[in-house]
Parts: sequence; structure tokens; C-alpha cells
Amino acid sequence: MSAQRKRRRKAERIRHLLETEGDAVHENVTHLNEGRYEAIERFDEFEDLRTQARRIKEDAIENLPDLIDTLRESVESNGGTLYVADDADDANRYITDVVGSKDAETLVKSKSMTTEEIEVNEALEAMGVDVFETDLGEFVIQVADEAPSHLIGPSLHKSREAVAELFNRVFDPEEPFETAEELTEFARDYLGERIRDADVGMTGANFVLAESGTITLVTNEGNARKSAVTPDTHVAVAGIEKIIPNAETLQPFVELISKTATGQDISQYVSMLTPPVDSPTIDFENPDEPLGSGDGERDFHLVLIDNGRTEMREDDHLRETLYCIRCGACANSCGNFQHVGGHAFGGETYTGGIATGWEAGIEGLETTSEFNDLCTGCSRCVNACPVKIDIPWINTVVRDRINGETPPSEFEFLVEGLTPDAEGTVSPQKRFFGNFGTLAKLGSATAPVSNWVAQLGPVRTLMDRYLGVAPDRDLPQFERETLVDWFESRRPRAPNATADRAVVLYPDAYTNYVLTDRGKAAVRTLEALGVHVELGSPIESGRAPLSQGMVRTATDHAEAVAADLDPYLDAGFDVVVVEPSDLAMMRREYEKLLDADSHARLSENSYEIMEYVYGLLSNGADADALAGATVPVAYHSHCQQRTLGVDAYTEAVLEDLGFDIVTSDVECCGMAGSFGYKSEYYELSLDVGEDLHDQFADESDRTLVASGTSCTEQMADLFVRDVTHPVELVAPDGR
Amino acid sequence: MSAADTRRFESSLSDLGVSLTRTEADEFAATIDSLVTEPAVGVPFEAHDGLSLADTVVETPPTPRLLKAAEVGVTPVGKAVAEYGTLVVDSDPVGTEPVSLYPPTHVAVVRESDVLPDVEAATDYLDGRFAAGGSSVFATGVSSTGDMGALVEGVHGPKHVEVVLITDR
Repeated sequence: MSAQRKRRRKAERIRHLLETEGDAVHENVTHLNEGRYEAIERFDEFEDLRTQARRIKEDAIENLPDLIDTLRESVESNGGTLYVADDADDANRYITDVVGSKDAETLVKSKSMTTEEIEVNEALEAMGVDVFETDLGEFVIQVADEAPSHLIGPSLHKSREAVAELFNRVFDPEEPFETAEELTEFARDYLGERIRDADVGMTGANFVLAESGTITLVTNEGNARKSAVTPDTHVAVAGIEKIIPNAETLQPFVELISKTATGQDISQYVSMLTPPVDSPTIDFENPDEPLGSGDGERDFHLVLIDNGRTEMREDDHLRETLYCIRCGACANSCGNFQHVGGHAFGGETYTGGIATGWEAGIEGLETTSEFNDLCTGCSRCVNACPVKIDIPWINTVVRDRINGETPPSEFEFLVEGLTPDAEGTVSPQKRFFGNFGTLAKLGSATAPVSNWVAQLGPVRTLMDRYLGVAPDRDLPQFERETLVDWFESRRPRAPNATADRAVVLYPDAYTNYVLTDRGKAAVRTLEALGVHVELGSPIESGRAPLSQGMVRTATDHAEAVAADLDPYLDAGFDVVVVEPSDLAMMRREYEKLLDADSHARLSENSYEIMEYVYGLLSNGADADALAGATVPVAYHSHCQQRTLGVDAYTEAVLEDLGFDIVTSDVECCGMAGSFGYKSEYYELSLDVGEDLHDQFADESDRTLVASGTSCTEQMADLFVRDVTHPVELVAPDGR
Repeated sequence: MSAADTRRFESSLSDLGVSLTRTEADEFAATIDSLVTEPAVGVPFEAHDGLSLADTVVETPPTPRLLKAAEVGVTPVGKAVAEYGTLVVDSDPVGTEPVSLYPPTHVAVVRESDVLPDVEAATDYLDGRFAAGGSSVFATGVSSTGDMGALVEGVHGPKHVEVVLITDR
């Protein structure tokens, strides 16, 4: 299939999901996400417990072989059996043997992604065992014969009406089901009977405690308790990464998981079972005999699944995935996920956010290449993760590995001049977007002709066909006079003798070639506040290639930027950055691309422009040197800026200067750089942007203000109005 | 346990919509009778500081028929966590786990001295239980689901929870 057809198909599929599942997904995921913010807001220990949880998981994965040995001893001394399965087939062979030895006819399950992973239901059904999912969401999916769309809300893509329609069709009740109560009551009674009759109960495990052999199940419905305790035989299935030492190490997770998953302070039921459990067996066939007087000897099997996890443990980049506690917060905080749900992300088992790591480790790169693209690298999931997994980085690494396996394209010549030496087999689309710095330089040098040519219909058609640039998206307008040209042309060029501080302003590709006004405003603002300003060289930070998974190219950029800024840092200059995504590069991503010292130095000495202005004003700089408040503003801060926690400075400066300001709180504007430019994602990008559009719907008299380039471009498309950078508002000549 | 823990426990339960009835051991049987609807099933309480269901309408020991038919299940709980209004339901051979789970209403009997401030404070208790092969459940509020398109209470577990706090134990 041609690249263009592939892109069209993907766009069609996304459009279909937006139409069929988008509304239910949006409502449910937004609800979960808002609950998460609220639960964390009222929980003071959140950051401390995240740190603890992270450390516990790091240690546990490091010591995994020992923990497995300890666990084996404790499970066996309790009277249960532990089996470590190499892969899905091995696990299913063991499980079907156990179930077969019980002559079981029916088995009830509580929700478990790990059993989805090994497809145990199919293996059991093949041997004639009836399998019933008892979690209501999972039951809906089983009845509908669909795949889960969310880690913890497997059926949240279905509205009440859709579930009612499904149940009425399949179960054909005398009175059609309508309300959620009716549907729940039916499912509870139907499944209650199955649980009472079941020969075997199967559960997953959220955490497994090595020292005691205790398995922990976190649910709201109570189905896991019933499934585990009612039948005489209990089979628990979990990945090997679920092991932690003991109750002490369990505590942070008990507190974190429900807050980040559903926004509950704690889940209704945290079952901590040390099987075989003391609870008496329940023989519903002898209803009047006291509990425990049936034939029931309890039997317990813990099946731990490797299935690629040992290799992930040895993989420096995928290892972090094993810290995941399956809360789904990464999905809930993802702008794309909020609009289109897990089915658009694809994957065999796991979906959204952290799923890239899981699918890459468990299923392999081919499966992963399907959905890895929906991560825009906005980094909103980074602070959401209760164990601090750098999910965007995992996506970047996996993207890089997928690039490495991409066969060369016949349209390679189109991006010939853009071919980075470091990486040979990146698709033309990715190479095009990954080399924005080179394009911008070329576009600027040939402006305005380049702008004019780029707008021509036939050119846009070709760009869509061969490079996958969305034909409806306005392209950046390159300035003939770059920021660097403007700066060089200013006279006098002698150092500012009275300056207290010296700053090297980093001219990112957009500020230098496209949005030069914000660069000029930054220079004038800094100078007005008594700072001596110089410009660094216009070297693209590496953000563009990194977004395309071109890690080696990004590293080359990072090294060039660091080398360029190095002499300034030696001379005691601070680095000031206009574009938040480039600040995020220096503070966050460069940690992965540069040596530790270079990263530390840049990270500690670089500031976002408004953060720096805030610092200057706080240290006595004269605010009267800046423009006073003129217009009321509607401000949208950039996603990476918020992850870094520097958005507050912009708001504080604008407020201190007397601006009347409203701010958005949507997760993402929907653009996140190249994503919104790509033909296959253009519509999704605008759909995600609708939330921002809605928030500012009543603010038509306010000046739109955004910090990031991608937000600026997206808002310009959404609102069809000019969008200003905050520094342009406060620059001495104002706006 | 401190008076502050009890107050916090009460307010957490109130946030969860769980009612709390204070009583002393002497009044235990009468309090239970005033709270439960028949048919009610319970576990033998004798190991629990001499409290007894013998003089109440609650039927013991639990049988499968009682579990299915009972409106109310009455059990002691091991500890409580004030911060979240959590009841620590311990599994035991007399059937506390299923009796707390199957009937639509769970009446949980908590000694005031067993109310702990937070999850961290329950860690030692759990460690001891797990080491001895024991199992416990943190049960907070009622069973619920949002999987059918709206929040519905009472799914596989109870729809109502009531707490009886024994204040002199």
C-alpha cells in the first residue's frame, strides 16, 4: 500500500472512531481525568509517595530474580503453587492443565489485562470451558466481542444507550433494558449465578507481595473478591513485574493507584489475599450446610508471566515500562486519547500512553508501529504517572527503532537535501518534519517566494501526497529578515555597560525564521529590564527530529546547541528560551541526549522568557520599564511548559502588570508540533482543539495569547484570529 | 486510636454516605436488632471481645442459603482506617469475608480502639496477618460501577454499609 493510501486509511479510521465512540470516550475520560486532578489536589503526600513508589519499583525490578525466589517459597509454604511461564503458550498450557484437572465446566474471571495479553479465554474455550468476565465493563466487551479501549475502563467507549442496545439484542429481555440501574442489576444477577456455579475463579493481581505470597486486587465492584473466594480453586495470573516485597512497600501504591486511576481517594475494595485463603468454601449445592463443610479444599495457583518482560528488564529504555501499575492516568491525561480513545491507538492488548512500551516489549515493533504515532510528545502524561515513567521518551525510543526498520521509500529524493547522515531509513514524511530547522532556513532565505509557492494548490497537493502535509493546514510564513539579521543590524553593538546580568537568547527556528516579532519583543524586554543580551546561533534544538523518533539526529542538534552556548555559560551568561518545547528539550530531553555535565549545566542555567522576566522583576527590576496592561487576554499555556511547572510565571507577570487574564485548563491544544500538520491527523488535531475553542468561546473580546508555537498556529486555525506571545504584551512598546 | 481519629473516621464515613452508630458492649445486641432487617446473617462473634449475636435476630452460622437470601450481613472488622473511612475486613474460617460481601447491606462492627489514623498505620497489622498466612480487604463505602454509563451502587458487593462503633472496647 502506498504511503498516501495508508495515511488516508488511518484518517478514515480515526474519523470513524470520532463519530462512533468519540463522545462516550470524551465524556468518560474527561471525567476520570478531572477526578484525578481533584484527588491529587487534596492529597498532600502525592509527590512524596510518587518518589517512594518509583524507588520501590526500581528496586523490585532490579532484584526481580530474588523476589521471585522469595515468592516461590512463601506461596509454596502457604500451600499454593507458583508457576513462571515463559510466554503465552506456556502459561495457557499450565492454566488449561490446572482447569482440566478439576474437570471444570465453568470459570469466572475478574478483569485482568495480563490474561488479555495471553488470550487465556480462547485457550479455555477451546477445551470446552465456559468463561465469564465478571467485571461489568469487561463483561460488556465480552458480550460485544470487542477489545478493551482503556486499561481500567475497558468499555468506556460505549455509552449507556450502546450497552442497552447490545444487551437487548443479545439477551432479549421481556422488558427492554433502559437505565444504567437496570443494566447493572441484570449483569449482577446473571454474573452472580455464574460465580456461584463456577468451578474455578481466575483473577489478575495488581501487586504481589514476595515475603508473604499475598496478592492484591484493586476493584470497585467486588467481583474480584467473589471470583477469588467463592470457587474452591483460584488461579491468579500476573506479569512477573507485579512483585514488590511486603505490606510496607504496598502502602504507597494503595494510596496512589485509585487517585491516579479514577480520582477516588481509595478504591472500594483493595483485597489482599494470601491464598489459599482462610475463608470457608461455599457449596451452593448444599445450601443448608454451614460454610466450609462441603468437600472444599482450597487450591491456589499463581501463574507469573514473563512473555518478553525479562528482555524489557535488560533494555535500558523499555525497563521503565515494568514500573507501570496500570492506572491509566497517562491515557486520561492525553489529549488525543480523550477524543478518540484506545481503539485508535491500536495494539494487541494495551493501549494509549505507556502501552507503547508494553506492546513493543511484549508483541514486538511491528504491532507497535501501528499506534505509536498518536503520542505527540506533549508530555502531559509525565506528571500524571504515579511512578514517574517518562512515557514520551519511551515513545520516542520505540519510534526510533521503528524508523530503523522502515524500508527506504521511492520518494527518498524529495527529502534528499534533508537526509541526515545519522539515520538512513526514515520515511520521507518523518524526515520532512524532522528537519524543520533546515526547511525554515531555506524558506526564510527565499521568502516571500517560498511562502507564495508553498501556498499554491498543486504544491499543496504534492506535499500531501508525498510528504503527508495536511492540505488544509496553514503553513508557517517565513520572514525574509531573521531575528538574527535584525539583531546584527542594530547599532550600537557595544555591551550594555550598566547591565546587571547577561543573557544569551536562544533563537529557536520558529523565533528566528517565522515568529520573529516575539524574538524582538524578548530582546527589548530583557534590555528594558537592565540585561545585556546576545543571541546564540540559530541551531534547531533537536525537538523536530526527536518528535519523529530520529534520536541520533536530535543528539547531533543537542550537541551543537550545547557547544554553541558553552562559551556563554563559561562567561556567566544565563540562557533564555522563547519556545517552551525547546526549554523542555534543554531541561528534560537533553538528559537523554547529552553527557550528564552538559545537561546539568544547561538545565540549571536556562529559563523560559517569562520565567526570567518574573525573576528579574522579583529581584528589583523596574516594572515601569515594561508596557502597562492594555488589553484583556485569554491565555493558553503550552503543554510542556506546564509539565515543567513554568506556566505560573507568565500568569504571575501578566497579573502583576495588571492584565485582566483568563487561562485555559485543557490538557492540550491538539497540535503539539508536527502532529497537526500531518495529513492523517489533521482532523483529530482540530477535534482535540475543540476543547480549547469551547473554553474561550465567550472570550471573543480578549486578545488570544499563547506561549508555544504549535499552540499559536493551532489557535490561529481554531479561532481565525491573531495570537500573541506573552512577551509581546509586556515588551516596552507593548502590543 | 485517638479521639481525633474517631472524629475523622466518622467524617470520612459521612462523606461516603455510610452511617455510624455508637454503642457500648452492653447495648450491642439491642443496637444490632434496631439496625438490621430480617433475614440477617452473621458470623459468630465470640472471638471478638465477647460480643455475641446469640440474642439478636441475626442468624448464625452462615450457610449458602442464608448468604443468598439475607438482606443484611453482620461481621466484625479487624481495623478501620480513619482517613478514608476504610474497614479492614479480615478473612477467617467463620466466613467474615463472604458475609460482608454477599448480602445487600453490610453491618460492620468496629471497636473504637481499632480505629487507626491512616493506611501507613495499618501496615504493621497487615504485615503480621500476611506473615501468618492471613488475608484482609480494605473495604471503603459501597460496591459501585460506572460501566453501564452512569454511577450505580451495589454491584457484586453491598449496596449499603453501616458501621457500629463499640465505644468501650
